[in-house]
Amino acid sequence: MDTATTTDVQTYETERVREFTNFILEVEGIFVSFGGVKALQDVSFTVYEGEIFSIIGPNGAGKTSMLNVISGFYKANAGRITYQGNDRTKASPEQVARMGFARTFQNIALFKGMSTLDNIMTGRIVRVKNNFLKEAFYFPAQPQEDAQREYVEQIIDFLEIQSIRKTPVGKLPYGLQKRVELGRALAMEPKILLLDEPMAGMNLEEKEDMARFVLDVNDEFGTTVVLIEHDMGVVMDISDHVVVLDHGERIAHGVPDDVRTNKDVIRAYLGEH
Amino acid sequence: MFYREVGQYKSSYRADQAIFPITNDRIGVMLILIVAFVVPPLSGNQYIMGPILTQLLVFGLAALGLNLLTGYAGQVSLGSGGFMAVGAFGCYNLVLRLPEIPIFIDFILAGLMAAAVGILFGIPSLRIKGFYLAVATLASQFFLLWIFDHVGWFTNYDPAGVASAPTTTLFGSLAEEGGVLGFLAPINVLVSGPNATPEAKYILTLSVVVVLALLAKNLVRGMTGRAWMAIRDFDIAAEIIGIRPLRTKLLAFAISSFYCGVAGALYVFTYVGNADTEAFDLIRSFTILFMIIIGGLGSIMGSFLGAAFIVLLPPFLNILASHFGEGTLSGATLANLELIIFGGSIVFILAVEPQGIARMWQIAKEKLRQWPFPY
Repeated sequence: MDTATTTDVQTYETERVREFTNFILEVEGIFVSFGGVKALQDVSFTVYEGEIFSIIGPNGAGKTSMLNVISGFYKANAGRITYQGNDRTKASPEQVARMGFARTFQNIALFKGMSTLDNIMTGRIVRVKNNFLKEAFYFPAQPQEDAQREYVEQIIDFLEIQSIRKTPVGKLPYGLQKRVELGRALAMEPKILLLDEPMAGMNLEEKEDMARFVLDVNDEFGTTVVLIEHDMGVVMDISDHVVVLDHGERIAHGVPDDVRTNKDVIRAYLGEH
Repeated sequence: MFYREVGQYKSSYRADQAIFPITNDRIGVMLILIVAFVVPPLSGNQYIMGPILTQLLVFGLAALGLNLLTGYAGQVSLGSGGFMAVGAFGCYNLVLRLPEIPIFIDFILAGLMAAAVGILFGIPSLRIKGFYLAVATLASQFFLLWIFDHVGWFTNYDPAGVASAPTTTLFGSLAEEGGVLGFLAPINVLVSGPNATPEAKYILTLSVVVVLALLAKNLVRGMTGRAWMAIRDFDIAAEIIGIRPLRTKLLAFAISSFYCGVAGALYVFTYVGNADTEAFDLIRSFTILFMIIIGGLGSIMGSFLGAAFIVLLPPFLNILASHFGEGTLSGATLANLELIIFGGSIVFILAVEPQGIARMWQIAKEKLRQWPFPY
């Protein structure tokens, strides 16, 4: 984990236009329906490696469905998802995780019975090569366990949650739980971080903290971030590209400034005039 | 006042993750172990060693097995009696047919047999959850016991269907005078059968249980345990961080059944001395489930506390009743009173602390750390 060079942070305060070259994720013509309900219809977009990408739209637009398709929970009826040039449309959630995707949930999905530390440690499971026999005898597994703990402690420092290390997550306030969930996702060392409304239900300060963490993650580790968010201020400030969904269809795709002035987007959010 | 970690600083993550990070705990556990190994054999009290402590250890081990599955991995099972039976009859046949093998290796092999059977009956857990899974595991209970009842080979064609533990030595027949391992003969003590001393049986049981409990503790505080708890607390989130649900659940079934299997083998060889399928019926499975609910789900120590509650409280009440009630109340009334108090205390414990005796102990420790200050 590299330490941030403070000069990089400056660029965010000025105009945020960055150049990207490679696609990391390509979503092409995704259709998903549940019975008669068409959740997603022919949705396509591309995500550049290293960018912050937002999926926005009114309630019921299909944003979370899209994220569920990307993370493998929903199987698309049609369409293709390409990750680093390879087709991975049919991958299971667990395979998707091992490819380098991490995700947080809209409603916090932490392991309530475990401490903050243990929760974040579970994010390292994909990185551990111990088997249960080694663990039962403790000593053979210990070097690996120490290494994972060291990595996790860096994340704990990064998210500034040292003081709740041993607290059961069920006892933590909402904002901190969101932070721990981000920590668990970061522990997986993801290439792509999928965040489902990371700032929902937060007050201004917590939102600022979370936005700062997202920017720092993107900056320090070069992690591509795909996020769903309702707070337009945050989205327009931190995103490099935005896709707008409405009733399961893509109505806009581009840089924040273009999306902001798009007629269809304004209509979707404010209704017909 | 005496129980606190003040001044005990950790300078490495390894020290922080130690099994008993607080020195007071370490000393306490060592003392308990020394007392457990030394005092009962010195006392020579057969009743304490046999029906009380050995029974406690055997059922504590079975409860520990079920706790790994239900308390840690969140898979409810009512098949523990069946898995104990596999271990019991498996070990019986191993000793009978291959007397060369040392008894503790027989225990491991019997456990492995139970583990294999456990994996088989754990397969439905991928699709079925909660109470429904509990009902599905009943299949193992009925199916396994039916086989042991109806296939005479398992009980060596005993007309009553009873497997009686043969006379067995610690290192097996090869370690007898003149055998390949003859040099072990002086310490090749009898551990089972009519001539084995209660001391030998007790020490063997205690050693097996201590080793297995330590291994279980290591498992649950490592990545395996975290994967189990993740599946228990939020299976969808567990999948999203790359945990393989089927593999994790089947591993829990395998290890849990291994523990139950060893407990079953100990039941036959060091505790009762014989077993038929009645000993491993559905009531047994329920009793073990109650032990972990009362003791505390997701706690190694809770398994033993729960077992202690269920195994020790009835005889304790019995002693109390005969002590105080003799002459004033009739025998039948006393017997009923014992049951009422037993049932009442179960309700009391679960009402006061639904998370079991282990949680009570934890709270008490927390209070002890702060005593005599209120903060």
